[in-house]
Amino acid sequence: MDPTPPLLTPEQARRRRMRSLAIALALGFMVLLFYAVTIAKLGPQVLNRPL
Amino acid sequence: MATLTTTLAVDEIGFPARAEAGGGEVRDYLALLKPRVMVLVVFTALVGMLVPHAAANPVIAGASLLMIAIGAGASGCLNMWWDADIDAVMSRTRTRPIPAGRIAPDSALAFGLTLSIGSVLALGLIANWLASGLLAFTIVFYAVLYSMGLKRRTDQNIVIGGLAGALPPVVAEAAVTGSVGVAGLTLCLIIFLWTPPHFWALALVKSEDYARAGIPMMPNVRGPDATRTHILVYSLIVVPVALLPVPLGFGGLLYAIVAGVLGLAMLALAVKVYRVRVGDEASRVAMQLFGFSILYLFAIFAALLAEHGLGLFRSVPGLL
Repeated sequence: MDPTPPLLTPEQARRRRMRSLAIALALGFMVLLFYAVTIAKLGPQVLNRPL
Repeated sequence: MATLTTTLAVDEIGFPARAEAGGGEVRDYLALLKPRVMVLVVFTALVGMLVPHAAANPVIAGASLLMIAIGAGASGCLNMWWDADIDAVMSRTRTRPIPAGRIAPDSALAFGLTLSIGSVLALGLIANWLASGLLAFTIVFYAVLYSMGLKRRTDQNIVIGGLAGALPPVVAEAAVTGSVGVAGLTLCLIIFLWTPPHFWALALVKSEDYARAGIPMMPNVRGPDATRTHILVYSLIVVPVALLPVPLGFGGLLYAIVAGVLGLAMLALAVKVYRVRVGDEASRVAMQLFGFSILYLFAIFAALLAEHGLGLFRSVPGLL
């Protein structure tokens, strides 16, 4: 097994960085979306309970 | 197996089976989702959500709409993966990311499958499993039945395959109401009947492209004259069907006027396509119908959107 990974050109490395950034943003957005959906599904009544 | 078949086909026509190491740009992946088709899907699905006047939470409705859009994009991506070999020989599609060598077929397949499964599961969790099942059916119908089955086998490919493009309002209605109703099915029927004259008008002009790619479109199989007859017949059916929302009670005065006036214009163009059969003028008229059919569908759905989203609904006098 070759221990050294193939080197990327600066352009290829830039593309990979941009793809990684896009995936990170998409995942972050999904987290926020599912949080908002969860709150919407629970509804305001979730706060109306005895402490 | 499908991957192997596609890879071989792709190799035979000379574009790289594997894109260069490092892969494509983010915008190449976005292009795989067919963004213009996604816009139409979002638009028709939004109308499908608003027409039933369900008391849906806007967050749930918005998130559902996003999942329907992603599901539609994913099916477009799977379609591009499967059709990469024919995309490479058609002038309209040869610059797409896979035939241009910017994205490897395997990467596109993984992207399409991930988004398909993700959007179906997410829609089930966000809205309900009926909508989720309908979205899964739509994706499978487009990517498997149409792309892998019908497209290269029958001249009725886009007639049957058109159902995939017609289903988003039904999926959207199911997402906000939990059921499938008359409104969603009527909108689905309108898009379904609109699809053949729309695509056949383009196929009349691009028939050489389709012939080179070996796709049995109507003009290549039955000839341009039979295609013109089919365009006229489908136009004669879709225009009155597009008026159905009025007697069914969810199309108001604005809708009746828009669907009536633009429907007559659509019919006039279909008659023109039927009559003008030779020379550059025939191609020009066919492209005119192709362009106008987009405006027609957009306008009638925009009228419904205005009536149900902006409160412009007024009953047609004489109808309850």
